[in-house]
Amino acid sequence: MAATAPSKKTKAPRTAMPEQDPKVRARNFEEVALGYTADMAVAEAGRCLQCKKPACRKGCPVEIDIPGFIKQIAAGDLDEAYAVLRQTNSLPAVCGRVCPQETQCEGSCIVGKKGEPVAIGRLERFVADTHLAKTACETVTGGPACSMPRDDLKVACIGSGPASLTCAGYLAARGIPVTVFEALHEVGGVLVYGIPEFRLPKAVVRQEVEAMKALGVEFKTNWVGGKTITVPELLESGYSAVFIGVGAGLPRFLGVPGENLIGVFSANEYLTRVNLGRAYKFPAADTPTFPAKHVVVFGGGNVAMDAARTAMRLGADKVSLAYRRTEHEMPCRREELHHAKEEGLDILCLNAPVEFIGDETGRLKQIVLQRMVLGEPDESGRCSPVACQGDTCTLEADMAIVAVGTGANPLISQTTPGLDTYRRGYIVADPATGETSIPNVFAGGDIVTGAATVISAMGAGRRAAKAIADRLLGPGAAGQPPDDMADDSADA
Amino acid sequence: MPSRILRKRKLIPGMTSELVIEAPHIAAKALPGNFVILRVWEDGERIPLTIADADKEAGTITLVYLVMGKTTAHLETLDAGDDILDLCGPLGRATEIHKVDGPVICVGGGTGIAAMHHIAKGHHMAGNRVVTIIGARCEDLLLFRDELCSFCPEVLIATNDGSCGRQGLVTDLLVEMLENDKTVAEVVAVGPVPMMRAVAEATRPFGVKTTVSLNSIMVDGIGMCGACRVSVGGETRFACVDGPEFDGHAVDFGELGARLTAFKDQERLSYEEFKSHGCNCSK
Repeated sequence: MAATAPSKKTKAPRTAMPEQDPKVRARNFEEVALGYTADMAVAEAGRCLQCKKPACRKGCPVEIDIPGFIKQIAAGDLDEAYAVLRQTNSLPAVCGRVCPQETQCEGSCIVGKKGEPVAIGRLERFVADTHLAKTACETVTGGPACSMPRDDLKVACIGSGPASLTCAGYLAARGIPVTVFEALHEVGGVLVYGIPEFRLPKAVVRQEVEAMKALGVEFKTNWVGGKTITVPELLESGYSAVFIGVGAGLPRFLGVPGENLIGVFSANEYLTRVNLGRAYKFPAADTPTFPAKHVVVFGGGNVAMDAARTAMRLGADKVSLAYRRTEHEMPCRREELHHAKEEGLDILCLNAPVEFIGDETGRLKQIVLQRMVLGEPDESGRCSPVACQGDTCTLEADMAIVAVGTGANPLISQTTPGLDTYRRGYIVADPATGETSIPNVFAGGDIVTGAATVISAMGAGRRAAKAIADRLLGPGAAGQPPDDMADDSADA
Repeated sequence: MPSRILRKRKLIPGMTSELVIEAPHIAAKALPGNFVILRVWEDGERIPLTIADADKEAGTITLVYLVMGKTTAHLETLDAGDDILDLCGPLGRATEIHKVDGPVICVGGGTGIAAMHHIAKGHHMAGNRVVTIIGARCEDLLLFRDELCSFCPEVLIATNDGSCGRQGLVTDLLVEMLENDKTVAEVVAVGPVPMMRAVAEATRPFGVKTTVSLNSIMVDGIGMCGACRVSVGGETRFACVDGPEFDGHAVDFGELGARLTAFKDQERLSYEEFKSHGCNCSK
């Protein structure tokens, strides 16, 4: 490794993140992690080795110049640090909060080989938050240089989650007019309907969106791709290219008896009611959820953790999380599991649902669980759970939340003749450019890969945006500043 | 972007109104059977309403609602010239309409008559002979009679108190028709769950295709949440994207009826607060 020789400063321990007390935060929707102070950020930035060939950067799906922005923090130039972040990342305040850094940048950090890695995510959040504290206007004037809008071009992005927002931001920064079509009444996709306030405050998403509006991106809410307007209609009405970033929003259920009882929710419904519908304010806000005494959440991913921690905050006496495997196999971020346990989550590993039992009015009252053991590893490398026949138990529960993944929503593919999809409905797209079977129609994010992370969707949005910009402006034009990454990636 | 209410007509004072709303992008594509999701204010709930009519040229859609909770009560406070904060559509699968040989009987109850009107009109436009049967507790509560009569020569009426048409239920008239005419091609029913269930049971012995339009609780209306799931022929389907119309002989109406009560306590609380204090949005 071409790292510079470790100096004394690398011996300093990783700067801890200030957090709300677990007992207090388990009953409120305020953000859990409070963010670094300027002194903390400078101290943490000092731990970075400034590697010549930074492994952290290779670990980042949008290839942020990580040593570059950290160097600016250490030098006290936060505007420049933000400029470096924005070169490749349209949503740094979001990524600093929700990326799985332990498996990406921080997982590759050289400092982490012998001790704890540099807290890259926390530093990213610090820089972005400091910047967002300014007005949107300052964001623009201080933002990437914008060429004159090209009135002859326009691009449509369907969906307004991380993939589409990234695509739109990249194109707009290059003077290409973009219209974003969002089906719901609020912009942000999973960032607003899925990820809870205590992990990603909605104000952060709104500010990032405002910055994009100031760049000239037009947002149309309540427009459903495939319903209000279809991909062929967009092309016919003069859009030069279309990016499909609609996510994988169709909830999967467990397929066990009693699943349609009242009190059994998909995580999507539960979280959408609370996050988008602000059900935590009911009856001050109109969308309800109902109070439950014992909530059981099924699943082991970040969505399951979000649902469980939301249920605690809405006043459940007890929240349990049932998972077919063990904690080791849970796909969630370690930090989420750690936070959830601190807040009092009861974890029932090696348990799978067999049946939901209701009362005479059709409301959930009990759940039958099947004990499991771990068997041989499956194709994903995780050990498959095997049922211990006859070993079941029955829990009293008045709410169950199913968070076992999502599938592809067919609204776009049903209304786009010639769009190739895989058997399960995900859209076929060129991995390098995101282009689909229809020329000038691109796709990226969960609708291509199946449910994944915010940052991988952003990576796909960025790759597609670059391909679109190359197509519309001519090859190479998109590689001009503010994007300086195009050339570097060749030496990977 | 908010949508402007162009006209408002009180069909049953304090209970049911008709709104004609400027929404050219929705009107351009709205087909019989489609619905919209709307939201009235910043912290309002998203509710589905079936499109009762659409006028492509004028760029308008027509909605008819029964005041039954906070959101519809709030909607009732709006007037021509006011805006609806969010209006999204057209959603759901359109009614499957083909030219058929025998008559199509469209049955509507309560506010469902308005939604049925759009479907009946669709069958009429496709060249089918349409017979409509509408019912209510009394004559004053009958909706859309003139609208139906404008294109449908056979509008049959049943009222519980006999104040108009036959005294009895819509199913009484339906069974008579089915007994007298063995060529009936299809029966469509839109209305309260007990009515749709009764229609499905009435047609079952005759083996006539029966389509019902379900009014499940929805959140997003685009297949994301599964709140509207319903058992049809033993399989879980989503009313928002797989429906809202399904084979009435296969729908589990018991489950549907139960699921509609999921939030009844919260709905009552919200409505009571609104009636005593008005909307939070004006505070």
